[in-house]
Amino acid sequence: MRIDTLEVLLREHPFFRGLDEPDIEFIAGCGHNVVFESGAYLFREGEEANQLFIVRRGRVALEIDVPGRGLVVIDTAGEGEVIGFSWLFPPYRYQFDARAIEPVGAVALDGVCLRGKCEEDSKLGYELMKRFASILLRRMQSARLRLIDVYRP
Amino acid sequence: MTIAALPGTPLREPMVPFRYRVRSRRRETHDVVTLALEPLHGPPLRARPGQFNMVYAFGIGEVPVSVSGDSSVESPIVHTIRAAGLVTRALCESHPGTVLGLRGPFGTDWAMGSADGHDLLIVGGGIGVAPLRPAIYAVLARREHYGRVSVLIGARSPADLLFATELQNWRSRFDLDVRVTVDVADGRWRGPVGVVTELIPRSFFDPRSAVALVCGPEIMIRFAARSLVDQGLSPANVRVSLERNMKCGVALCGHCQLGPEFVCRDGPIFTYAQVGHLLAIREV
Repeated sequence: MRIDTLEVLLREHPFFRGLDEPDIEFIAGCGHNVVFESGAYLFREGEEANQLFIVRRGRVALEIDVPGRGLVVIDTAGEGEVIGFSWLFPPYRYQFDARAIEPVGAVALDGVCLRGKCEEDSKLGYELMKRFASILLRRMQSARLRLIDVYRP
Repeated sequence: MTIAALPGTPLREPMVPFRYRVRSRRRETHDVVTLALEPLHGPPLRARPGQFNMVYAFGIGEVPVSVSGDSSVESPIVHTIRAAGLVTRALCESHPGTVLGLRGPFGTDWAMGSADGHDLLIVGGGIGVAPLRPAIYAVLARREHYGRVSVLIGARSPADLLFATELQNWRSRFDLDVRVTVDVADGRWRGPVGVVTELIPRSFFDPRSAVALVCGPEIMIRFAARSLVDQGLSPANVRVSLERNMKCGVALCGHCQLGPEFVCRDGPIFTYAQVGHLLAIREV
């Protein structure tokens, strides 16, 4: 059985692909493996946002409880995706709940550790910000498409 | 004039509706029903996947509706209809025994044979899944002739998904990659949330030769086709099914004209290379 180190897992993950080896090693030092059973929360709305999650398997629903409507799923993240961006910007609080809707395996990265490294190493910081911005742009475009209700005839 | 028709069902009288009886009616969602129709007299017309018929609710009006059944089955003719206006509402309220008029089949088809040997991406949203279903049946009937096949379905909500039982059956196959996403879901939904275009980069296909079949509301088609081209597909390999205000069905009246194209005759299936530039023009 192959047991991959965090470095290997991150190197093979689409989000980190192509980063320099020392950077991968540093980022791996900010992380640890986590598993969540179906129904468990990765984080809750209003909690301090000090982690982001690199999803390796399973699916996570980003949701919010809407009074009168119950839980509404806003977005989902599956294998190969990243969830939890609130650690990037003040006030560093999660805006939604993230719940495992299948058993989830992920790498949790310490946001404070990453922020510190990005402040010190502007080259890595810029590279990571470009990658985060790309995901945020895709999610914003997806939200816009849903806003215009693309399936309406 | 190039009206496509199968041997044995020539369009001798394209403007004359033939009488069909509703054999069965199945409710798919709160506003969509599937009607199985059989002719009162003579052999049934036979349509290829992607073609449409003009369906007439007597005394009310006529609308174009793509076939949604298995083209290899001679009878009944199957149409899936969303209640959106006066005529479609009347058609959706038709019960077994109701007699409707049918003209057709009209237009171009998905040209499934020309996709032999290629990876296939079948991308449908909303009611647009209905015209794709005959293509999926055709793929399954000759599965070994295609490479990887992905079926990507989008809907507003889980309750708006068409053909839910069949989707489940298709998902259980090892030779189909079926992915379903919805715009809005509650906590019981286990699948992805997002628009159907987001499923495209997550699918497995060879962009150099893959063929995509896309159907849905026009805005969805635009974004899906763009996403497919961004992934490396040639616009000539992206086939889209367009809907316009078809009236005569034989390129005489001009109601369905899209620039130089008559959607009823030259379409409804076009390549994105043919019509992509037209879809971006507001006035067309």
